[in-house]
Amino acid sequence: MIPELGHFALILALGLTLVQATVPLLGSLFRRPAWMAVARPAAFGQLLFMLLAFAALTWSFVINDFSVLYVASNSNSALPLIYRISAVWGAHEGSLLLWGTMLSLWTGAVLIFSRSLTAEMLARVVAVMGMVSIGFLLFMLLTSNPFERLLPAPPDGRDLNPLLQDPGLAIHPPMLYMGYVGLAVPFAFAVAAMIGGRLDAAWARWSRPWTSIAWMFLTLGIALGSWWAYYELGWGGWWFWDPVENASFLPWLVATALMHSLAVTEKRNVFKAWTVLLAIFAFSLSLLGTFLVRSGVLTSVHAFATDPARGVFILIFLAIVVGSSLALYAWRAPRIRSSGRFALVSRESALLLNNVLLLVVTISILLGTLYPLIIDALGLGKISVGPPYFNSVFVPLTAPLAALLGFGALARWKQDRFGRLFRLLRWPLAAAFVLGLGWAALMAPFKVGAAFGLVLALWVIAASLYALWLRVAGKAAPLAALFRVPRGFWGMTLGHLGVGVFIVGITLTSLYSTEKDVRLAPGQSHTMDGYTFTFEGVTHTEGPNYSADQGLVVITRDGRPIATLHPQKRIYHVQRMPMTEAGIDAGLKRDLFVALGEPLGQDGSWSLRLYVKPYVRWIWLGALIMAFGGLLAATDRRYRMARRAEAKLPAGAAAGVA
Amino acid sequence: MKARHKRLVLLLAGLGILAAAAVLVFQALGSNMSYFFSPTEVLEGKAPKERVFRLGGLVKPGSLQRGQELTVAFVITDNHKDVAVRYTGILPDLFAEGQGAIAQGRLNADGVFIADEVLAKHDENYMPPEVAEALEKAHQRGKAQMQEAQP
Repeated sequence: MIPELGHFALILALGLTLVQATVPLLGSLFRRPAWMAVARPAAFGQLLFMLLAFAALTWSFVINDFSVLYVASNSNSALPLIYRISAVWGAHEGSLLLWGTMLSLWTGAVLIFSRSLTAEMLARVVAVMGMVSIGFLLFMLLTSNPFERLLPAPPDGRDLNPLLQDPGLAIHPPMLYMGYVGLAVPFAFAVAAMIGGRLDAAWARWSRPWTSIAWMFLTLGIALGSWWAYYELGWGGWWFWDPVENASFLPWLVATALMHSLAVTEKRNVFKAWTVLLAIFAFSLSLLGTFLVRSGVLTSVHAFATDPARGVFILIFLAIVVGSSLALYAWRAPRIRSSGRFALVSRESALLLNNVLLLVVTISILLGTLYPLIIDALGLGKISVGPPYFNSVFVPLTAPLAALLGFGALARWKQDRFGRLFRLLRWPLAAAFVLGLGWAALMAPFKVGAAFGLVLALWVIAASLYALWLRVAGKAAPLAALFRVPRGFWGMTLGHLGVGVFIVGITLTSLYSTEKDVRLAPGQSHTMDGYTFTFEGVTHTEGPNYSADQGLVVITRDGRPIATLHPQKRIYHVQRMPMTEAGIDAGLKRDLFVALGEPLGQDGSWSLRLYVKPYVRWIWLGALIMAFGGLLAATDRRYRMARRAEAKLPAGAAAGVA
Repeated sequence: MKARHKRLVLLLAGLGILAAAAVLVFQALGSNMSYFFSPTEVLEGKAPKERVFRLGGLVKPGSLQRGQELTVAFVITDNHKDVAVRYTGILPDLFAEGQGAIAQGRLNADGVFIADEVLAKHDENYMPPEVAEALEKAHQRGKAQMQEAQP
């Protein structure tokens, strides 16, 4: 009964969405306030039914209702409750339901937090989000119904993919999807503004906090995914340039460009057409990501068994979204006029360069990701593009971006001079060189790449801190003044500091990690980078739904004990799937990582993979700092102030428009 | 500086970045692309001798042998032709006889494939699309040859 209610709720949600996507839009075009007012009840009604559907599926998992095909395929009565809940989004159908529910949540959030929007703008934004919802609801109902019954019900389920039975992966998809779906909001704002033909500073100001929040979720989602791959897959890497990883990274890059260009549009009233285009691209790349993950067209470590028919649906949907929004853009763009002027050396130019670089990086990665698809479609053979491609393109293109960052953040709007900027930044620049080279000299052996990366990272950090200092220097109480620095500025500072920390992490991890696959009998040891890994053998343990061989590895340095690790090799009972749980001793300066390979021979020997990974935590720490910056930027007082100010004002204005 | 000049400088800077990126992209693509071949194609001499490529198919049941330390030898088959593979290192969790696998590496002078990397997948039901297609092709070819043998 409950699953049928869930299914019915989805159908009702689709009905309401059809209303939400059409009536308010027509109302805004024909100036009918009553029609525009339909946006709110329709969107909230849709949200209600989506939440009901989501609750129905969750309930089916919680009570182990194996007569539901999706539950039977992705759960088991022995599965712990937390994973029964996260199993809701453990496979295709439920992920889509999560997508759809989040889209309704974002729409609801827009309705709640954008009371200052004109009735017309709000009606159009909600209608555009409704159109996106229609696509996803149809997709679900036509190709991927999560509530399909399986009768007669099997006695037990086939269990959740063991890789997904992990706390990191329980929250990684929701975070990532919040980011993906969140980019629908700036997209809807851009399309709505184009429909109205009014792209002004107000439009940019409305879009900014939403973009920052979506970007924050995307950042967290990607970082969690990277962290999970690091400890769960047992490979010890943190990024593989896998098509599915790229699929999440591409919208992130464009969203980053969008945040920066929105700032210029709001403050200086330029780059408008460009900003609109970025908003379209960012959301299109989110959809493309979904297509790549769900269609199985690319060979990927993430590709689970998939269904090509679904890929075709998403591809058509993608074509409609991109095609119609670009057509609208082509129609409206000639009317967009940018009024502000700026000199060659100015903050505008720096941000323009930032955008160009980010876009070029995006295109290069997109090309590498899609190249195998293109070659295959042309019948030229089956190829794959290896990670070295991405590294050798990504690093040279992003290094100038980091170098530019320090100048850009302190450059003046409209007009500046190189001379002034260099004089202003001479101390941070000197500090970056001295400290960066010093740090690189302390790392043994000295590597030019490390010196380069560290100087760059410290330059970003020093310039960001210096900009913060300039804000409070000369004030009577500098420390107290720090608290009065607007959150938007803090957001920028933390975002950039995060970039610096991240660069330290990737530089030192890539250059100084050591890795070794060894065969060890109990009692034997292997020494690497001064750490002695002693293998004490393997014992058998039982988990709730798996049995495991648990190794005992004692790590010492100069005879002093450092850590005792318990890497496991698990066999999950239902799927008979082996899984590696790495043993990790985490630290700010280095991670020690041990993964069990296979048993070899009769003497209790195993193959083991050993890693020493310096500064690897800084990668995720940097991402966390960036994400926190995004949160601060989105909650800046300015947006709330503007809201209040406008909320008082437009009562008459809105009536006048209506 | 006039507005026209300014625009020209910005445009040139943009084009410069694009050109640099294009050079990077094409150089990197050229040296980091690897083609996929099935055992049948390898034995037909289609695979490159000097370059890295990927070999995919099923791990032939009963072919997995462990040598000294971490060296393993196994056979990749498309149920039509076989290629011997040698690898040193830890095999992925889902690597098993009778299952699909992809190895990346190059052929040595004796026609043995020396793999630097062996991939198996996340999901036991999942078959890499290349492998599925290679098996299907080999199957078709095998059928055709049977029909030729008994007209």
